[in-house]
Amino acid sequence: MLDTFIIPLLKIVVLLNAILISVTFMVLMERKVIAWAQSRLGPMRVGPYGVLQAIVDPIKLILKEDITPVKADKMLFSLAPILSLVPALVAFAVVPFGGDELFYVADINVGLLFFLSVTSIGVYGIILAGWASNSKYPLLASLRASAQLISYEIAVTMTLVSLILTAGTLSMVGIVEAQLTDGVWYGFVQPVAFVLVLIGGLAETNRVPFDLPEAETELTGGFHTEYSGMRFSLFFLAEYANIIVISAVTAILFFGGWLRPFPNVEALAFLDLIPGWIWLFSKIFLFLYLFMWIRATLPRYRYDQLMRIGWKLLIPIALANIVVTGIVKVLV
Amino acid sequence: MTDDPKLAGSAPEGPAKPDAAADTPATPQPAAKSDAAAKPEAAAKKPAPKPKAPPEPPKGPEDPLPPDDLEPPAFLSALQQAYPDAVEQLSYWVGDWTVIVRSEALLDIATHLRDDDEASFDYCSDLTASDWPPREKRFDVIYCLYSTRRRHRVRIKVRAGEDDPVPSVTGLWPATNWLEREVWDMFGVKFFGHPDLRRILMPDGWQGHPQRKDYPLEGPGELLLESPMEWLRLRNLQDEAEIE
Amino acid sequence: MATQSAPIFDTDELVINMGPQHPSTHGVLRLVLKLDGERVVDCDTVMGYVHRGIEKLSENRDWTQIILLTDRMDYVAAATNNLGYCETVEKLLEVEVPRRARYIRTILAELQRIGSHCLWLGTHAMDIGAMTVLLYAFRERELVLDLFEEYCGARLTYNSMRIGGLPLDIPSGWDRKVREFCDVMEGKLPEYEELLTNNRIWLERTRGVGVISARDAIGLGLCGPPLRGSGVYRDVRKDEPYAAYDEFDFEIPLGTRGDTYDRYLIRLEEFRQSIRIIRQALDGLPEGPIMGKVPRLLKPKAGETYHAIESPKGELGYFIVSDGRATNPYRFRVRPPSFCNLQGLKPLIVGHLVADVVCLIGTIDIVLGEVDR
Repeated sequence: MLDTFIIPLLKIVVLLNAILISVTFMVLMERKVIAWAQSRLGPMRVGPYGVLQAIVDPIKLILKEDITPVKADKMLFSLAPILSLVPALVAFAVVPFGGDELFYVADINVGLLFFLSVTSIGVYGIILAGWASNSKYPLLASLRASAQLISYEIAVTMTLVSLILTAGTLSMVGIVEAQLTDGVWYGFVQPVAFVLVLIGGLAETNRVPFDLPEAETELTGGFHTEYSGMRFSLFFLAEYANIIVISAVTAILFFGGWLRPFPNVEALAFLDLIPGWIWLFSKIFLFLYLFMWIRATLPRYRYDQLMRIGWKLLIPIALANIVVTGIVKVLV
Repeated sequence: MTDDPKLAGSAPEGPAKPDAAADTPATPQPAAKSDAAAKPEAAAKKPAPKPKAPPEPPKGPEDPLPPDDLEPPAFLSALQQAYPDAVEQLSYWVGDWTVIVRSEALLDIATHLRDDDEASFDYCSDLTASDWPPREKRFDVIYCLYSTRRRHRVRIKVRAGEDDPVPSVTGLWPATNWLEREVWDMFGVKFFGHPDLRRILMPDGWQGHPQRKDYPLEGPGELLLESPMEWLRLRNLQDEAEIE
Repeated sequence: MATQSAPIFDTDELVINMGPQHPSTHGVLRLVLKLDGERVVDCDTVMGYVHRGIEKLSENRDWTQIILLTDRMDYVAAATNNLGYCETVEKLLEVEVPRRARYIRTILAELQRIGSHCLWLGTHAMDIGAMTVLLYAFRERELVLDLFEEYCGARLTYNSMRIGGLPLDIPSGWDRKVREFCDVMEGKLPEYEELLTNNRIWLERTRGVGVISARDAIGLGLCGPPLRGSGVYRDVRKDEPYAAYDEFDFEIPLGTRGDTYDRYLIRLEEFRQSIRIIRQALDGLPEGPIMGKVPRLLKPKAGETYHAIESPKGELGYFIVSDGRATNPYRFRVRPPSFCNLQGLKPLIVGHLVADVVCLIGTIDIVLGEVDR
């Protein structure tokens, strides 16, 4: 009873709250990082250095009037934000924050597959939001989102196949342990796969330079044009939760998760004094920073260019990567 | 003041020139020389509306003749020779040449000016109009041309009445598409042969043409919003056309 | 996919209203786009939302009062508007402007060009998604506004020139500050370039987008950077020099391909040329009066003239008719460069994607206050 229900439930409660709180602070971090990149100060008024902005922002969003357009499909219109947020949260179920059982909700043996399947549901929220709004700009955005989903889902999945070949397991915990056994972070074994997953991750989370479904300056906000208040903030939450989960998974798959650098070098054993979850969190933090940095730097790709990159560049490279990995695996 | 340019020549220019640098002193010279063909026509068109009450609006632009000692540029002389009947007058003022042509011949002349090698006016800078209500053909439609090859300018001027459309030059200079729409919108000068003659700045259902001189400067204003009845009373006092 | 001759499914075009409330239409421009998928099939430009009747108003105002109205047209480059108007009236009045005034006018006009191009660069990059450039460009524009504030007390609508000269001489130390600004600006330009010029995404978004041939550009009456981007050597500053431009040494950058990227490069180069002109003007700034001999009561003799200057957007022309009797122009007409360039938008965007529409609105650099007047 305790082991099957209470403890997992407690973990879930803790995890969910942690995610939601970190999302609000991540918004603050993004605002600050981008502000510094743009020689501004960012939020400074609420609390010291604007720290309390992270609390004020969600309160504002929740208190805003929630408008449903008259001609919208009411049910789908309400369902879409939920459909967008829930998969992003569910995906955390298989993310291990440490080797100990305490640090993950579940270690299923097809963890990576579960992660891929769940995150790809999220895009239906965007497609439905665009459709249900019954408005033209969101419709265009949802068309873009579906095209983007097809182009990038395949590339990312293919790329991960080569990683699975290297690790020999689909379990997230297993992949980290494999990195410990092999004594190297897979980011160095599979650099091509890492770059592809990073690009795919940007595209899947609709971040600059692939933020086409949002494309504020083109589609006036894209799929969430008609949303306001709480429902809008659900999309917001979903986007940032997705970024965190993508960063976490990238850190786990390619940068050894909770492992310290050079996990098999004995001379560096003093680094083990720092607990594993701090290692993982700092890696996640670096990836989050990278996402923000990219957002502050790059312009946006065009829809056809994004498709071209997906189909003509990423997928062939991913396929070639599988072949090469397979050959190396057989030979070595 | 509102002398007929043909009769008075450039009379108003002579004495008053307070402290000007006068890059091109337009010395007063009775018009005689350059366009003998055009002269009787212009004179015939406006015989004697000269001595009227002083506060009358001007009857038309001055269109000063070029001074005698100033040769018109070669392309203008060539134009005059090619279309002696169509060119009504040449005018020169502060360094700008204007050629006043008959509206029937506008397309021919414009094509000539665009395609002739001497002229090659391939760029239409501006197209606008001015309104001189007392005149029979009340509008001047003015084409400001520029040549990107020869780097010179000229203006064509065409006189048009209210129900007297001007040929559209959009076929020659696509740039004039919107400019002609604006002139239609603002003055109500019609252009025939224009592909898409709609209002451009004012709303589609607007009454009247705001840049005309008889169009009032102030409309109903905020009074209409504040007290419609008062506005209606005032409106009925006046001529309806003045408000609309 | 269905064959082109006989589509299996019914296809329909989507009519979409871009603007008047849209983040990238730079004001209240409204484009009625007909889309096939995301490709623009047809476009109708609707404007007039900020039509204030400046031409009509001006015909009922004093000659000097109009200077203030010209500020309100291209409100990001008010000083060049002032300059164009004042020079046109001076041409009608045949007034000689003192050399010092002409120099200062040139400095103001070129500062204004830098300020206006900063705004263009920022918004253009923002439309394409590079948001940092916006903040960088506005940071430098702020310096320009500060200089103007020190010169004439205003930051946006300057009313900074008078018929016959200038209302104010430059404040002491202002020339030093302008020099400092030139140095700062020169140092910041590489920052913009680093973010954009060789950026792969920027190149893909702008190269080959909105190509217009020199012939079409001339025919459509494009002016300023869009015309020069197609390789047409046309700059009023060189062709019909005004103010003091004939005394300075500067170059007119030209494009070769006539695409958005060329127009971008041209404007960046214009920053440098403007700085060059400002430095020359500061070096050679003559002493002397700043106001010409202008009669107290302005009453130009009857006549009409068209005078053009090169505003940051292109050829800004004023056509003014004086009837010789009144203290106001009989006819006041502005040839707005934004309006004429906007006319070139439709040929540019048809066949492109929605994403390119915002990019092309940015590249022609319009200000709706000037389009609608």
